[in-house]
Amino acid sequence: MATVRKALLRRLVGLASLPAVSISSGGTFPKRVKIVEVCPRDGLQNEKMADHAEVLKGIRKFPGTNYPVLTPNFKGYQAAVAAGAKEVAIFGAVSELFTRKNINCSIDESLQQSYEILKAAQAASIPVRGYISCVLGCPYEGKISPAKVAEVAKKLYSMGCYEISLGDTIGVGTPGIMRDMLSAVMHEVPVAALAVHCHDTYGQALANTLMALQMGVSVVDSSVAGLGGCPYAQGASGNLATEDLVYMLTGLGIHTGVNLQKLLEAGAFICQALNRKTSSKVAQATSKL
Amino acid sequence: MGNVPSAVKHCLSYQQLLREHLWIGDSVAGALDPAQESCQLSGLPEYVKIVEVGPRDGLQNEKVIVPTDIKIEFINLLSQTGLSVIEVTSFVSSRWIPQMADHTEVMKGIRQYPGIRYPVLTPNLQGFHRAVAAGATEISVFGAASESFSKKNINCSIEESMERFEEVVKSARHMNIPARGYVSCALGCPCEGSVTPQKVTEVSKRLYGMGCYEISLGDTIGVGTPGSMKKLLESVMKEIPPRALAVHCHDTYGQALANILTALQCTTPEKPVG
Repeated sequence: MATVRKALLRRLVGLASLPAVSISSGGTFPKRVKIVEVCPRDGLQNEKMADHAEVLKGIRKFPGTNYPVLTPNFKGYQAAVAAGAKEVAIFGAVSELFTRKNINCSIDESLQQSYEILKAAQAASIPVRGYISCVLGCPYEGKISPAKVAEVAKKLYSMGCYEISLGDTIGVGTPGIMRDMLSAVMHEVPVAALAVHCHDTYGQALANTLMALQMGVSVVDSSVAGLGGCPYAQGASGNLATEDLVYMLTGLGIHTGVNLQKLLEAGAFICQALNRKTSSKVAQATSKL
Repeated sequence: MGNVPSAVKHCLSYQQLLREHLWIGDSVAGALDPAQESCQLSGLPEYVKIVEVGPRDGLQNEKVIVPTDIKIEFINLLSQTGLSVIEVTSFVSSRWIPQMADHTEVMKGIRQYPGIRYPVLTPNLQGFHRAVAAGATEISVFGAASESFSKKNINCSIEESMERFEEVVKSARHMNIPARGYVSCALGCPCEGSVTPQKVTEVSKRLYGMGCYEISLGDTIGVGTPGSMKKLLESVMKEIPPRALAVHCHDTYGQALANILTALQCTTPEKPVG
């Protein structure tokens, strides 16, 4: 699996990500969108992750491309840095139950861990990205208030995360709820520091992403081939497929710097290695051409 | 974003959340939970009429020929969902669309619930008369915004098709039968590639002018994106009022829902902020 993951990353590079530019207001779209490709982590997460050090050491790091790695605790952070990570990501949640079930501690304890990581990362000049899960709904607590999401986002941002990725972990969100949540968060965190990470469990990912773009968000997480699945709904789709996202953004005249053809090749490669079909509609459509 | 045991799907809160999101059980179509009113966005309609085309457009593209009694049961089930418009079948020659060869039996066999409309496709006068004889009370005509597609799909030019449809719609209006117009390839054509909004507007205006009460703009090959949808609607809305417009988006490239959201936003005026 390490070999496959390294090969996937080799193919994904060259798909440059550009920094987000300041957003126009009044309901128009950003001129550029930064795509954060999460397939090698969030997508392949269902496979064993024990080879993280090997993968990180083994990949070729292209200039201009960032390679963030998730570090759920301080030990993970230390291992990541030892393996050569130049950027790390931490995650917080808005749901007490979800945090307990997922990382076996309370929100406060997890924020404390994040604080330790951020302190160390800042000392080492390592940028830290924050993820917040369940922003539009939690499998344990149900509805999540936008105010709660804003509170956690504010904490992570003020602790030093350069960007906060807001995740609809179980994909239950719809454009109206996305808009309400972002309205609340944008009171506390500048929109240029926000990203959305929409799951497609109920087919809403692209519509929710579109709403976020209309609100001024210009950073979107997605996964090539729509890899990721959903631990809450057997057989359901997972992440928003990067190919489908790029297709929409290109059609809107929004610059991404991503080469769709090379992306399709990377998607085909990993699907073959995993012996599974792509979840990207664009990949399905173009494979029949 | 973290692994969680699959047992969570049995969690009551999750089930409750899904019920709320999926409006399972307690809500009536169109009614909103008062607590959700804050989610009502300006620039979105309060009500959207969904035209269910599964029995016609959906089945038409399936390779397996579905038996007549299954089609009838399918449509009867749909009639119980709260949908207000269900497109039943197409009165085309079975040489062209074998799946729709049983159009008369299906039309006669379904239960027509009060308050639900059951339009059928009628490409020409012959099909129209057959449809009426079989009990149809609403019809649709199917034009294209691309000459090549028109020739390939219905074997005539756009102009020739419009002349045919004029006859059909005139006869329908005589009998007080509402007629709906479709314009296919509204955002792109498999033969010609890009299609101009002006061409779509021209064809739509023609259909609206001859008496179609509603024009459904179809992204037949699903190539559209929110940008092209917006441009198209801006053009068409210069000639046709938004309330007489519908969109029919294919999901070939995963864009359908995003395109529909854009269409809803484009065609609804912003509420004044008080």
